[in-house]
Amino acid sequence: MSLKLEPSPEQIKLEKVYREMGLTDEEFASVEKILGRTPNYTETGLFSVMWSEHCSYKNSKPVLRKFPTKGERVLQGPGEGAGIVDIGDEQAVVFKIESHNHPSAIEPYQGAATGVGGIIRDVFSMGARPIALLNSLRFGELEPSARVRYLFKEVVAGIAGYGNCIGIPTVGGEVQFDPCYEGNPLVNAMCVGLIDHKDIKKGQAHGVGNTVMYVGAKTGRDGIHGATFASEELSEASDEKRPAVQVGDPFMEKLLIEACLELIHSDALVGIQDMGAAGLTSSSAEMASKAGSGIEMNLDLVPQRETGMTAYEMMLSESQERMLIVVKKGREQEIVELFSKYDLECVAIGTVTDDKMLRLVHKGEVVADVPADSLAEDAPVYHKPSIEPEYFREFQAMENDIPEVDDYNETLINLLKQSTIASKEWVYDQYDYMVRTNTVVAPGSDAAIVRIRGTEKALAMTTDCNSRYIYLDPETGGKIAVAEAARNIVASGGEPLAITDCLNFGNPEKPEIFWQFEKAVDGMSEACLKLNAPVIGGNVSLYNETNGTAIYPTPVVGMVGLVENLNHITTQAFKGAGDLIYVIGETKDEFGGSELQKLTYGRIFGKAPELDLELEAKIQKQVLAAIRAGFVASAHDIAEGGLGVAVAESLFGTKLGAQIEVSGNTTSALFSESQSRFLVSVKKEHQGKFESLVDAVLIGETTNTPNLEIYSNDKLVLEQEVVDLEGAWRGAIPCLLK
Amino acid sequence: MKFAVIVFPGSNCDVDMYHAIKDELGEEVEYVWHDTENLDQYDGILLPGGFSYGDYLRTGAIARFSKVMQEVVKAANTGKPVLGVCNGFQILLESGLLPGAMRRNESLKFICRPTQLKVVNNETMFSSVYGDGERIQIPIAHGEGNYYCDEETLEKLKANNQIVFTYENNPNGSLENIAGIINEQGNVLGMMPHPERAVEKILGGADGLKLFQSIVKQWREANVVKA
Repeated sequence: MSLKLEPSPEQIKLEKVYREMGLTDEEFASVEKILGRTPNYTETGLFSVMWSEHCSYKNSKPVLRKFPTKGERVLQGPGEGAGIVDIGDEQAVVFKIESHNHPSAIEPYQGAATGVGGIIRDVFSMGARPIALLNSLRFGELEPSARVRYLFKEVVAGIAGYGNCIGIPTVGGEVQFDPCYEGNPLVNAMCVGLIDHKDIKKGQAHGVGNTVMYVGAKTGRDGIHGATFASEELSEASDEKRPAVQVGDPFMEKLLIEACLELIHSDALVGIQDMGAAGLTSSSAEMASKAGSGIEMNLDLVPQRETGMTAYEMMLSESQERMLIVVKKGREQEIVELFSKYDLECVAIGTVTDDKMLRLVHKGEVVADVPADSLAEDAPVYHKPSIEPEYFREFQAMENDIPEVDDYNETLINLLKQSTIASKEWVYDQYDYMVRTNTVVAPGSDAAIVRIRGTEKALAMTTDCNSRYIYLDPETGGKIAVAEAARNIVASGGEPLAITDCLNFGNPEKPEIFWQFEKAVDGMSEACLKLNAPVIGGNVSLYNETNGTAIYPTPVVGMVGLVENLNHITTQAFKGAGDLIYVIGETKDEFGGSELQKLTYGRIFGKAPELDLELEAKIQKQVLAAIRAGFVASAHDIAEGGLGVAVAESLFGTKLGAQIEVSGNTTSALFSESQSRFLVSVKKEHQGKFESLVDAVLIGETTNTPNLEIYSNDKLVLEQEVVDLEGAWRGAIPCLLK
Repeated sequence: MKFAVIVFPGSNCDVDMYHAIKDELGEEVEYVWHDTENLDQYDGILLPGGFSYGDYLRTGAIARFSKVMQEVVKAANTGKPVLGVCNGFQILLESGLLPGAMRRNESLKFICRPTQLKVVNNETMFSSVYGDGERIQIPIAHGEGNYYCDEETLEKLKANNQIVFTYENNPNGSLENIAGIINEQGNVLGMMPHPERAVEKILGGADGLKLFQSIVKQWREANVVKA
């Protein structure tokens, strides 16, 4: 690599070099004010990356404050690597979701792989043992775009490559397809960890004179300015940013996990933080800022993979599998030895100071000297203008439209083939979802369930977000995203504990987009309060646009619930012939944003389904009570594709059939996507007790003949062999990929 | 009976193996780090699955040079039961304790799913508790489980009844549906499916338990009777 001369402070100011790094004129002026001088090249880099939306949340902060973040069980809310919730017996669950959208759009395998690696580090840096991974993915339609198919295949392979190697089961998630994601796929990865209360660690650099140590992989030139890249729209020029995508090494991270989980038991450890976005800069500035300390580092000591790296490059590199730790002065050697057992490098590179400055020395010169707080806390906060979009008013003015259906058999088959509904076996077949042998409910049911070894408890986990509803009506759609996640947890026998969210939106500088963001957060907040599931952390990913067109607003909800007893674990599959089938909740003529609407018209319009949170909470409570009392054989959230799809899904893999009788408008009864509904089956001997607990409508019975028969108003409207339905559902995605 | 679970950097099914032995089989078990130089105190050696040394270069290719592997070879030569599962099987192939090699799955993709196996030889120290020809369900989770060997080796495997498990529906392209093979002496078994993941009903079935019970049964007959 040729030596480039860095521009001088004067040049940076005169030639507005800072703009290329993502700082505005006003922001640069405020940096000058903070420092009382013009920053040099390295310092400008530190501010630009720490003040990017990705690191500072400067555009989203005022909105994020609306989220309820407190609760009886919350031990750690937003602000640390990951949130923590108490689950009793001195144990807690740690979880977080994070996006890796832009890297995955450019280099899907490594983008997805490093997304998984990053979220795992957030969890074990808290001192927790990672026990499960989930992911929420969005792509354009698989047909006709070969590019989309390539992105889909490579993202899945990247997630598999990292998760399988590191030995953490990938137990669940969701994949949806819509043209709005064609140029800007979403790759959101979630990690769940388990911790004993006494082991909880924080990323804080306390104790003047303590030693700052660097652990893990060497620093290279990969990923420089990744956080800034994540805070821009994608365009044709984005391919040129490929060097901003990092490369993952899951083997290195596996060693890091084991070493760090050994380290947390050492009383020499003061603080620990992942070097994630903005690498060495964010970890050092944030650890100092949170502790009210300063940090001085000698960059000559940073383990480097390449020669001739500048201070700027080292501080902005996003090389993977690195951690920054603070240890008690004088105890460095035992820490070095601990890591050497795992063949990992651990090097003292600095000390904790009392002057609150982040000071960097390179080749004997001070190359940066800036207040740590100013990087971590003093980013500008913008209150963006927001305008209700025209389309929203148009949609709200529409009457509810019931799509015309001639042939219910054909329609159900076609719905089951829709890539968003179709079986995702092609995906999770590539994920090791069993390693660590605690996965009780594997991918494919409403929520995944991982037992807690040595107890009678288990954790239910899910990710959810129907972005079509949110596009039509962000506030209602936001409520639905949280409510549906909770429904999945409840249907599995768990009680919602908390959520983590990944807020994927378009460019917030557009008032219509900012309006979507505000309204979605309002809706989510209200649902979190009502369903007693506070937000304990998450991530904001804005600027998800390609050539000026935004994705649907997609605030993905990752929820974890507690299953009090393994006996409560419930799946969506019917369990035996002769069981009674019930629908819980009211079915209305609601097709706005539905799969049937998309199938019929090729687009979505109108109002999103209504959601009454009082009713939602009541129904969820009833269903959970019935499950805990042992009266529910199977339970399934009625979601995309309505009752017809839900019944079919409950039959798959069971060799059973079902006879169903519905009334009212047949199309609505079978395919409406009204909210707050469950499909459950109940053994006959429990009929009386179940009905006394739950307001449910009996709609039929499971049978030994593997056929689905549906009668509407006394007329047979649908008759299918389950094998045909299942074939359509299982075959759809492999077929599209051929 | 006391088992050793060998832990290489990058092993990740070590915990599963440990708990299968301790909690479900009810025998003694310890984790043994890859630089250990003596395995004399163990009666059975278990090489777990995972991605030893990241499986960089070739699956199992680096692990075979670990210090502990000399001891594993020694244990095998003295007739102790040695079981390699998944990456453990790959390491046994690389170290020459078992014949043949692994290729990438035919689909070129990692595959994780329950598979149906047939016990084709139930007269080994790893399969004696199974019935002859018994059908069992054991999960697989691998990217390189497509077993291959030359014709001569295959003839030998067949002639000596060294094929212990075969797949009912070949998931990865393995020669002759081979899922697990044993050495000529009958004390080293390698298999791609994970018996340690199939030891509890709550996790989908316990068909793998009989494999571990077979090992213990043989050991008891050989040692407790003598004592």
